[in-house]
Amino acid sequence: MRNPLNSYIEAIPPSGIRKFFDLVAEMHDPEVISLGVGEPDFDTPWHIRKEGINSLTRGKTFYTANAGLMELRKEIAVFMKRKYDLSYDAAKEILVTVGGSEAIDACFRAMLDRGDEVIIPEPCFVSYKPCAIFAGAVPVVLNLSPEHEFRLQPEELEAAITDKTKMVLLSYPNNPTGAIMERKDLEKIAEVIIRHDLFVISDEIYAELTYGDAEFVSIASLPGMKERTIVVNGFSKAYAMTGWRLGYAAGPAVVIKQMMKVHQFAIMCSPTLSQYAAVSALRNGDEDIQMMRDEYDRRRRFVLNRFHKMGIPCFEAKGAFYLFPCIKEFGMSSSEFAEEILKEQKLAVVPGSAFGESGEGFLRISYAYSLKDLERAMERIRKFIESLRNRQQ
Amino acid sequence: MRNKILNAIENHARINTEDLAAITCSTPEVVEKELKKLEDENVICGYHTLINWEKVGEESADAFIEVKVAPQKGVGFDQLAENLSSYPQVSDIFLVSGNCDLMLVIKGKTMREIAMFVSEELSTIDGVLSTTTQFILKTYKKDGFEVENISKDERFALS
Repeated sequence: MRNPLNSYIEAIPPSGIRKFFDLVAEMHDPEVISLGVGEPDFDTPWHIRKEGINSLTRGKTFYTANAGLMELRKEIAVFMKRKYDLSYDAAKEILVTVGGSEAIDACFRAMLDRGDEVIIPEPCFVSYKPCAIFAGAVPVVLNLSPEHEFRLQPEELEAAITDKTKMVLLSYPNNPTGAIMERKDLEKIAEVIIRHDLFVISDEIYAELTYGDAEFVSIASLPGMKERTIVVNGFSKAYAMTGWRLGYAAGPAVVIKQMMKVHQFAIMCSPTLSQYAAVSALRNGDEDIQMMRDEYDRRRRFVLNRFHKMGIPCFEAKGAFYLFPCIKEFGMSSSEFAEEILKEQKLAVVPGSAFGESGEGFLRISYAYSLKDLERAMERIRKFIESLRNRQQ
Repeated sequence: MRNKILNAIENHARINTEDLAAITCSTPEVVEKELKKLEDENVICGYHTLINWEKVGEESADAFIEVKVAPQKGVGFDQLAENLSSYPQVSDIFLVSGNCDLMLVIKGKTMREIAMFVSEELSTIDGVLSTTTQFILKTYKKDGFEVENISKDERFALS
């Protein structure tokens, strides 16, 4: 029999998170606690769930328009204007997708030709590179530096650009580092993008989870950028709706039109029930976001302070729900560290290297847990680090 | 600042001042002082432990008691509420709207003990017109906490 597989897909390595997932699963140990999740611990706010239930009760169980319910797209347009000062035409410039992930996949397919290069700054979410490969494009990894708190620098971007570069992926607030880009940072990047006539896909799924005095700014809102940016956002993180699988893309009508094609033929439309629920999220969910953000912020400060007390370098990440402490002093790879702490202290964390080479020497610590759980987990980290330091002496 | 502290400790009374200072962007000294003030002003009225006594084999019973009362001239319900609060069996007293005037929570070792208290003490107090007792059979959630871990963390450990 001949090889049944597509060689490009076959060559893509499995996600680095997967390996640890299997390790934890194999342990079958109820004592294992985790700081490894990438989703909120809150339940979806009740009024949103109720709207989903209502839609079922009313028999709203048919396909919606391919691009999504017009009612929902209009609310998305209002939300983006209100929150990020971005104006989009609900009829032509917004596409409702199955999570932000589908929007990224459809965007790459719609915009990249075979051989086009897309610059992907790492450490980053594990899906971008494979999606670029699905589209036949060439992902070009740009290693971000901890010295700049993992913010993309214009010189770094400039150095990664070739005559094949078509697109730059931006993902701030960032998973796994928690890094954000402020207006001044984005302005410098925008200048390079415009000068080289590139496009941006900006994954803003964590936009609402920005803390302290920092304010989220979308690169699309900078002069000259809206026409060359596709904004990807969704409901998973801001409204604790991961399982509803609902996201959206907003961008120039010419691009959305082609993304629509990919979406229409591959997916048809996003789940109807989730779309109705999302309308309620956008209309009545501001307080929910505020409540969850305040709670994440308390946890963020708590964990950050604990790392500082342990003498573990950890920059003050102001976004998402991750911290990215540096464990280089122990002279072990982040993967070894994660394996050992799992064995010794029964604590699951994701090694930074799962998110790219430049994540080596770091851990991704999720604080999407109750303070009580975080307290227990941080105590285990403290004990583990203490034993490592004793061994080193 | 005060609200930041209160929000942080409402469901986490045992947090130490250093962590509390980190959470509220303050210093342990300032937090300590503010806590003292909040206690003095009776904003923080106490620190309560939510215990599931059944788990340690301790017998206990709780009941809601609806009480209809005759309000007294000049003091309304306050005087009677004050009298009631001196009974150790009475753990909560609320003035409520609806079918009764006061809603009490009574704690005892057994249902019988509570029944005796209601019939022999509570209903004989001047001003108490009638009582209705509702025994609590099972507690699912109390003060914002799920007593029996109804919902577990169903998220994948790593994602």
